[in-house]
Amino acid sequence: MIFNKRLVLAHFWLAFAVFGVAILLGEWQMFIRSPLHGWLRNADLYYRSVTAHGTIMGYVFPTLVAMGFGYAFSEISLKQKLVGLRWAWAGFWMIVIGTLGAAIPVGLGLDSVLYTFYPPMVGHASYYLGVVLVVVGSWVWVVLMGVNLAVWKRANPGAPVPLPMFATVAGAYLWGWTAVGAASELLFQILPVALGFSSTINAGLARVLFSWTLHAIVYFWLMPAYIAFYTIVPRAIGGRLYSDTMARLSFALFLVFAMPIGIHHLFADPEVGSGFKFLHSVFTAMVAVPTLLTVFTICASVEIASRLRGGKGAFGWVKALPWDNPQMLALALSFVLLGFGGAGGLINMSYQLNSTIHNTQWVTAHFHLIFAGAIVIMYFAIAYDLWPHLTGRVIADLRMIRTQLWLWFIGMVVLTFPWHYAGLLGMPRRMAFYDYTAPGGDTQALTVMMSVVGGAILVISAALFLTVLIRNHRAQALDPGPYTFSKPVHEPVNLPFALNGLGLWVGLMIALTITNYGYPIVQLLQMHDAKVPAVYVGGKP
Amino acid sequence: MSDGSRFAFLRNRWFTVSVGGTFLVFVFSFVVGFIWLPSAQDENAFRGVWNAMCGAAGDPRGWLISTEAPVAASHPTSTVVVTPDLLARQSAVLGVGRGATLALKCTMCHGTRGVSSADIPNLAGVDATSIYKQMRDFQGGARASAVMKPLVADLGDQDLRDLSVFYASLPRGSARDLGAAPDIVAVGAPMRNIAPCGSCHGGMDSKLGAPWLDSQPRAYLKAQLEAFHHGTRRNDIGEQMRNVARNMTDAEIDAAADYYAGNR
Repeated sequence: MIFNKRLVLAHFWLAFAVFGVAILLGEWQMFIRSPLHGWLRNADLYYRSVTAHGTIMGYVFPTLVAMGFGYAFSEISLKQKLVGLRWAWAGFWMIVIGTLGAAIPVGLGLDSVLYTFYPPMVGHASYYLGVVLVVVGSWVWVVLMGVNLAVWKRANPGAPVPLPMFATVAGAYLWGWTAVGAASELLFQILPVALGFSSTINAGLARVLFSWTLHAIVYFWLMPAYIAFYTIVPRAIGGRLYSDTMARLSFALFLVFAMPIGIHHLFADPEVGSGFKFLHSVFTAMVAVPTLLTVFTICASVEIASRLRGGKGAFGWVKALPWDNPQMLALALSFVLLGFGGAGGLINMSYQLNSTIHNTQWVTAHFHLIFAGAIVIMYFAIAYDLWPHLTGRVIADLRMIRTQLWLWFIGMVVLTFPWHYAGLLGMPRRMAFYDYTAPGGDTQALTVMMSVVGGAILVISAALFLTVLIRNHRAQALDPGPYTFSKPVHEPVNLPFALNGLGLWVGLMIALTITNYGYPIVQLLQMHDAKVPAVYVGGKP
Repeated sequence: MSDGSRFAFLRNRWFTVSVGGTFLVFVFSFVVGFIWLPSAQDENAFRGVWNAMCGAAGDPRGWLISTEAPVAASHPTSTVVVTPDLLARQSAVLGVGRGATLALKCTMCHGTRGVSSADIPNLAGVDATSIYKQMRDFQGGARASAVMKPLVADLGDQDLRDLSVFYASLPRGSARDLGAAPDIVAVGAPMRNIAPCGSCHGGMDSKLGAPWLDSQPRAYLKAQLEAFHHGTRRNDIGEQMRNVARNMTDAEIDAAADYYAGNR
């Protein structure tokens, strides 16, 4: 049972509210760059919007979802009240203040630096301080997750840690460690310049530090979705989790391999040696392992559900699945998007193929497919699953939910598939306007217009999502009964030490960070001639 | 698991397999990325295992050293390195005062408040760094002007700095609305490598060393754009203006000059 419903609801509602705003910005960006709109006279408006869209969708929205989800799942799975409730609220308000502090200067055009900061561009300091505050607020959650697990372990010595909590804490530790990179960049490099203490910045070092965060953050976004795959979906469709051990192993491997891979974002950068680029390329390939493990385990789990319902044959069981169940639908759509996104990801991570798509629209399409597609559709599923337990009211709009999920899937495909193609045609990313009169521009024009349509479908889907949640708050009161997680085929009775705690995996994660990041960072720290003059965006401090 | 020994975990199969497996992946990628792939390079920097490893780590033992003398410049080049703190040590109050006194001999052409009614550049409110750079370039010959060269010849570096901050301190008109700007100014021409003027010269953003263009005389703007276009003016930082203006058509040069000159 969820003891602190208000805390969880506050996180979720803030997350979905800012998501509703940011998705409108995204569609506007797609529209004004398309041939449907004349050239934007003031390019800064576009960069302002991209900065806001990226900051909200990349930092604020998924962090809040992960936090609210973590608080709920820790209380339900451990069956204990959250330890440190005041701290949790303090963390929440830090994020509120940080978001406002970051959003206002961005809106005023003082910080059009995009959410990846791109030094030597430097904007107004309050934006960076706001982002730091959001990160610090989320670190409160990281500590609380660890503390709550420790408290539970003391009370239940030797008992197997419930899978939802094991996975939530894995996600928390991953985020705690991976946020160190961007936080160091902000605190030690960008903020001193933004506050006027220095006018030069080591942009190469800043990019390496940001890459420390840049890819593992995606796995932090992904954790709630994967936790839902394992612990919600099999239960919701009346099946069983095929293997609890496989689930724990997947989360452990994510913890280890999500971190030492970020330099695959710097393949085209000159400040990192090619040996390290190859190293990161190999470790990025290793991330496919827990993902493929997950796909196998979850497919096996839904097959169990189907066989229990009378599904027969090698493939006939697929038909017997409960396709009218929103959780089943969300899972299937998420897997399809994950498959395409993952295939694109394998191309991005390969050292050689990367050069064909580097800095093109292909990359933007890829991370929208993975994050906005596969992951966010599971955020919707999580909200639908938890909401009745948070409000004590019934969700009666099943048809609207199915429509919403389908629209999100269709919209994401229509948005990203042409977008990938535009990238292959060589269309660069992060541009406020394109010259469609150039040779070959007509092909690109068509793909961008298709993406605009896809974006519009996504906006409609988001509106439906918010409608379902708002209507639930006024629906008929009904006790939803106790919240349960999916049961594994074999209940864990006596887990090996390695799968009942995260010490070993956190140790491996930190060790790999040192081997894969240590030398490049030390080398760049010593290069004082690598400091370049800051380029002030929106006026000098 | 625990047999009382502190290092019992070393015999735990989970520990040995996970750490050993990770270590093997690391060693494999290290050998491929730091030894085998670099050895395919045919340069001195990568010969031998140690050289290959250092090169792949981004710290080559030696670069290809050119024995030829650097190419001599065919014309005087600018010696000013424009950085954000170029004028940082200027005392604002003293500098403006001294600059105002020194500027008395500039008023004949540039006007008493930095605004001229002739076809002479207006200096009021122009970024100090760009004024300073132009005067240094007149002195050193990187920018040619029969009028300016003798006038700045006997000014010391501090004089130039003071003059620059004085002119930068004078009030200038507000930026014009980009909505009325011709395409070449508002959006440039992406396929011809022409950035929007406003992305450096104000309106969208002001880049270091880029002068304020609003209300400059039309004849002056057109003359400078044409000089960059033909390559007769060569003191732009990193050839930025030459690369832009070289690709501009005569009609675009006229349109840009008309827009920035406003009603003048």
